[in-house]
Amino acid sequence: MSIDMTEVRQLFFEESFESLDTMESNLLDLQVGDADKDLINSIFRVVHSIKGGAGIFKFESMVGFAHTAETLLDEIRSGEHSVTQAMIDVLLQTVDVLRMMLTQLQASEPYDESSVNTCLISLRGFLKTHETDTTTAPSAVVSAAPVFEKKSTQYWKIIFKPDESLLKTGNDPINLFNELALLGTLTVEAELDHLPTWQELVVQNCYLNWVLMLEGNVQRQHIEEIFEWVEGDCELTIIDLSAELVSNDAPTVEIAAESALESSSVESVTPPTVASEPIEAQGAIHSELSAAVSEVVDCAPETLEVSEVPDTFTPEESLEIPRNFEVSESVTPEETTAFTSEMDISVTKPVDKAPPTPKIDKAEVEDALGLKNQATLNGTSAHLSATNTPSSEASSIRVSIDKIDDLINIVGELVITQSMLDQVSENFDFVKLAQLRDGLTQLERNTRELQKSVMRIRMLPISYSFNRFPRLVHDLSVSLGKKVELKMSGEHTELDKTVLEKMSDPLVHLVRNALDHGIEKPAERLAAGKPEKGLLHLHAFHQGGNIMIQISDDGAGFDMKRIHEKAISSGLLNPDDPVTDEQLYEFIFHPGFSTASQISDLSGRGVGMDVVRRNIRSLGGSIDIRSIPGKGTTFNIRLPLTLAILDGQLVRVGEEIYILSLLSIIESLRVNSEQVNSLAGKAEVYKLRDDYIPVLRLYSLFNIPNAVTRLEEGLLVIIEGDGQRIGLFVDELLSQQQIVIKSLETNYKSVAGISGATILGDGSVALILDVAGLIKLSQTSVPIMRRLAKEREHEYQH
Amino acid sequence: MASILISDDSSSMRQMLCFTLTAAHHQVQEASNGSAALELAKRHSFDLVITDINMPNLDGLGLVRALRHLPDYQFKPILLLTTETDPEVKKEAKMAGATGWINKPFDPDKLLAAVRKVLG
Repeated sequence: MSIDMTEVRQLFFEESFESLDTMESNLLDLQVGDADKDLINSIFRVVHSIKGGAGIFKFESMVGFAHTAETLLDEIRSGEHSVTQAMIDVLLQTVDVLRMMLTQLQASEPYDESSVNTCLISLRGFLKTHETDTTTAPSAVVSAAPVFEKKSTQYWKIIFKPDESLLKTGNDPINLFNELALLGTLTVEAELDHLPTWQELVVQNCYLNWVLMLEGNVQRQHIEEIFEWVEGDCELTIIDLSAELVSNDAPTVEIAAESALESSSVESVTPPTVASEPIEAQGAIHSELSAAVSEVVDCAPETLEVSEVPDTFTPEESLEIPRNFEVSESVTPEETTAFTSEMDISVTKPVDKAPPTPKIDKAEVEDALGLKNQATLNGTSAHLSATNTPSSEASSIRVSIDKIDDLINIVGELVITQSMLDQVSENFDFVKLAQLRDGLTQLERNTRELQKSVMRIRMLPISYSFNRFPRLVHDLSVSLGKKVELKMSGEHTELDKTVLEKMSDPLVHLVRNALDHGIEKPAERLAAGKPEKGLLHLHAFHQGGNIMIQISDDGAGFDMKRIHEKAISSGLLNPDDPVTDEQLYEFIFHPGFSTASQISDLSGRGVGMDVVRRNIRSLGGSIDIRSIPGKGTTFNIRLPLTLAILDGQLVRVGEEIYILSLLSIIESLRVNSEQVNSLAGKAEVYKLRDDYIPVLRLYSLFNIPNAVTRLEEGLLVIIEGDGQRIGLFVDELLSQQQIVIKSLETNYKSVAGISGATILGDGSVALILDVAGLIKLSQTSVPIMRRLAKEREHEYQH
Repeated sequence: MASILISDDSSSMRQMLCFTLTAAHHQVQEASNGSAALELAKRHSFDLVITDINMPNLDGLGLVRALRHLPDYQFKPILLLTTETDPEVKKEAKMAGATGWINKPFDPDKLLAAVRKVLG
């Protein structure tokens, strides 16, 4: 049976990433010197689960790595270590390494082994128990067990004497026999010797013993596997009757060697029975056996060189070899001869008629094992690259059950409404009009709820984004030598997944800035009469259909004077101009202002403040700043709830209908033609109060026939995007409604000035105008106009 | 077809188990920790319980012990999922009354073989 693992793999990755986040935050909560049992257990479980999952998908090196981390955690758990900061740091590093490995494995790309090894060495440095090598970690060994592919028929005698209590562990002998029967031909004989009298019989007990004969292409390993679970609850003897029967035409030496070795590992049976029993039991075997024995009797006994054998053994088995051979010491010389010569092992030292002394070179065995592990690992890595499918960018999201339940509930109601409308429509009569209206109202309500529910599925709590900050703040404050307390609130506020993802970088930038430049060093803070520990507060909440994210610190605040100076020196501001704080804040977002600036207070790493604002604006949001010198700075970010639906204003141009985002509209007005100035006969500006606004005639831009061309007859819609305004000339405004955005790129291609499309109630397609894009278009098409407008503005002001 | 209860705090492990077992036409119910599994087991008579060892609330061994005290589960097969190859853990599992164990990572075919082995 083969199972498509892609989906499960994906789930494994997601779950692992998530649990690594938990592990990280748990580590950050962990106090030095005090091993909180719950935290340690929770951390342990994360590593444990990842190890288990990685094993399923044969990410062997990850299993090994996780195993080492797990060992350390286990030692901490059992109180062998007290937690040190160094230990926490190494475990945090472990989180990073695991995350990196997962990311690379998910992308089917090789990962940086050196960082894995560095971390591994640090982890091992803490370990009390000596760990040999991760490649011999238990799980790796399990998969390293070679597969036996033998074709010869074998005969096994199995004596199975279960304890009376066997049934209480849920093991049923019949099931075991059924399993055996799958391996080959099985004959079962029950021994009733221990059966008590009826009065003494306890139904729950097992009184029977069994002797089983199994014939087929079966390895000892297979039989042992079947009895694995009852090992401690029974007396079990497995005898290989065919060990001696392997005839000269045996295809490989290995088989013989293996069988012989195995038969010598029978523990509870004295060697003579090995020879005598099968002869009695199986007449047919008899002659062959004697032939085999007599044939080899002549040979001198030889010393075993076990180092030649391991190829056919699982590591565990090979390590047991010494013990097995002690048992075989009681074997009579003749039989020993049979065993050893069958193994066709090179003569190293003749021993006269004495039991062979096995010489096991441990190093050699380990070498052999090591080699095999190597081989297996190579095999799996090849397997890995073969099974890995390139991970698609479109990842999945985890949705809470109650959201799904809501959805199902609403769909149920929708079905009811539908059947109700069905009934009304049958033999429709005007008497039923009221009923029809009720039905339609209900349908409308259902639809609205359904829409809301579906949208909620895309919503994720902002904690997904916030959760990374404890670590970031911890690391940064350590490297900056500052003391910072991070406070987070409103983490459960939900946000559209896309918005959340795109907000990730801007938030990191703002948090970094706050730590780097906002919050002062402990000494400075104390000097300023503030507590030594700075406070960084991340706060999310709903406000009027928007999500607000506040990032505030109690640091030094902006140095307005320096911003002012910088603005003047970079030619953005006239030295004599009066300027408000708000206007100065505006400069912070000016491209190049932060990065090229001498004002280290504002310089950031990674994205600059201009990029932060651009990202937020591209999401339809806004950002503003409030800063009080000496008291701290607060950034307020306002974001739309979702990107998939927008509140739209329908506008008509000719026979076409376009949609504008309601958020971008500032006002709409009838045009007073006296306030329109035509520049160079083409470009027009409209004087709106103290402002000059470029006019963009939509019909001319999009070449729409039969549209209103006289400005007085249409409407001017003032829209804002990217901090600029234009007046959009349209025929008329229609209704406002919620618009489900369909991507134009995926369905057609990207068009300048259009951000998407939607389907209207009557089934027609309407295009959604991209406000920022339109402003850009208007600028490229009317550059002169803008210059003139600016000049006029100056004239007006003076 | 048997009705099987699986208990593991890792949802990918649960999904993996569930996937494999339902593919073999078994009916599966899931619990994410030991005490939830115990509650389910009391309400429904499962033919087989497969449980992880490391779980919050009630761990796998605790679950096995608790189940063995229920008349309905006195002789039912209970398999433990374990990555520990430590014989001590297995011994402890046997003492608790576990039927057997499945080593994580498991091969789907091996899991089904183990299930078949205890269910007959």
